[in-house]
Amino acid sequence: MRDKVMSADEVVASLRDGMTVGIGGWGSRRKPMALVRAILRSSVTDLTVVSYGGPDVGLLCAAGRVRRAVFGFVSLDSIPLDPHFRAARQRGAVEATEYDEGMLLAGLRAAAARLPFLPTRAGLGSDVLRLNPALRTVASPYADGEELVAMPAIELDVALVHLNRADRHGNAQYLGPDPYLDDVLCAAARRSYVSCERIVPTDELLRGGPPQSLLVSRMHVAGVVEAPRGAHFTSCVPDYGRDEPFQRRYAASGADPVAWQAFLDEFLAGDERSYLAAVDAFHGAAA
Amino acid sequence: MGQDGGVSRAEVCVAACADTWRGAGEVLASPIGALPMLGARLARLTVEPDLLLTDGEAMLLAAEDGVVEGWLPYGKVLDLLAGGRRRVMMGASQLDRHGNQNIARIGPATRPTAQLIGFRGAPGNTVNHTTNYWVPRHSRRVFVERVDAVSGVGHDRAAAAGPSALRFHDVRVVVTNLAVLDFAGPGGSMRLRSVHPGVTREEVLAHTGFPLAIDEVTSTRLPTDDELTLIRSVIDPRGLRDREVPA
Repeated sequence: MRDKVMSADEVVASLRDGMTVGIGGWGSRRKPMALVRAILRSSVTDLTVVSYGGPDVGLLCAAGRVRRAVFGFVSLDSIPLDPHFRAARQRGAVEATEYDEGMLLAGLRAAAARLPFLPTRAGLGSDVLRLNPALRTVASPYADGEELVAMPAIELDVALVHLNRADRHGNAQYLGPDPYLDDVLCAAARRSYVSCERIVPTDELLRGGPPQSLLVSRMHVAGVVEAPRGAHFTSCVPDYGRDEPFQRRYAASGADPVAWQAFLDEFLAGDERSYLAAVDAFHGAAA
Repeated sequence: MGQDGGVSRAEVCVAACADTWRGAGEVLASPIGALPMLGARLARLTVEPDLLLTDGEAMLLAAEDGVVEGWLPYGKVLDLLAGGRRRVMMGASQLDRHGNQNIARIGPATRPTAQLIGFRGAPGNTVNHTTNYWVPRHSRRVFVERVDAVSGVGHDRAAAAGPSALRFHDVRVVVTNLAVLDFAGPGGSMRLRSVHPGVTREEVLAHTGFPLAIDEVTSTRLPTDDELTLIRSVIDPRGLRDREVPA
């Protein structure tokens, strides 16, 4: 079996400007933040980002890498709104395709099944349809008289997800309470990259969790990145919870360009190793 | 209006929120926010024992002691809600007289003056199962003539969108820090059902940015002694309710 282990920078080197990138996790939970940070180190830009959005979307928007955000929400969970995303939207710097959460899932499922659309009731009567004039409804061919939203497939060039464990071939496992939609996202993408807390031999995967924790199969995975604390500062249960003090610092830096530059200088000027060292230093001051 | 003596406004609100779960039966209760959560838990401890509640994440909790009875990750919630076995109480940044709700943004879509959380599940919720709203600060900023974006579908918009939008549409009650409102006014418009003790109907009208339908306005019921005991010693001993609705 192929060895797909690579670095975060190698993953990002395979990205191109203008791509549609799906990002896994949910809000400020198990986001592939090490891969997002690698994008920030690169010059990749003009991205369309599809996400159940959290600080992944906020960071990329603040760094000017996002042309269009496709989302049902963008939230930091313990802080309801991401100030960086808000600021970018309010500057008019980021276009938005706004969906209902279930519509987003239907669109990803359609792409995963190579269908042009899936019917859904969600969206009818709301401004989602008015805002996306290309959206169409579809009439049931049966005798029920129903006319539903024809949610178009959301095809992804690339999916980026972070899980707790993976083997070198791309079989990936979540150990927390929620898989989020990472499996659907990977199936909807032409290429998917998994970062994980720890790469383990295949025969160790089932020692960590039950068979149904094996969420993503290697058939959907092009590359595996070992990235300990790679979801920081979002949660990656049970390996670690959300880093709330750090998230507050991130959110506070959304207030003005000077604070944001200071955040960049302190945490994001170097590589992943220096990021984690700066995070430790941030906490060391308190510990 | 202390905790020991009289009933606080927040306690009236918790009971009013609890009443919105009456008749829901054995469905998932999805309360968004502190007061709706307290209300749903109160309802389960009193009139709706079969309600299902999560821990706010992926676990269904069978009782107040935290026993897990099931698994409901976010993806499964999105599937479940289409089947209708759910009742939600959402917040609203804006609400209009027909129950159209906005949590997405203020201002134009291309460049909002305030980007809010997004449409979330509001479009799907409102056309699939009973939806109620909680507004902690009843004001003209929230109760507006026209919402800037329709995330939750109101009665007029559901009717205009046709039978598939209307089939399961059931936007029912709005509880605020001042009053309980419903959509029994002419043409499914918002009606003042009751004002909380100590609140006048004029006060409610003054804080609402459109005319409300009014017929019989009652006084919102006080929590029973049993409910007060449950609120104060079981479901909210730390007084979260008072932070959202000051006395």
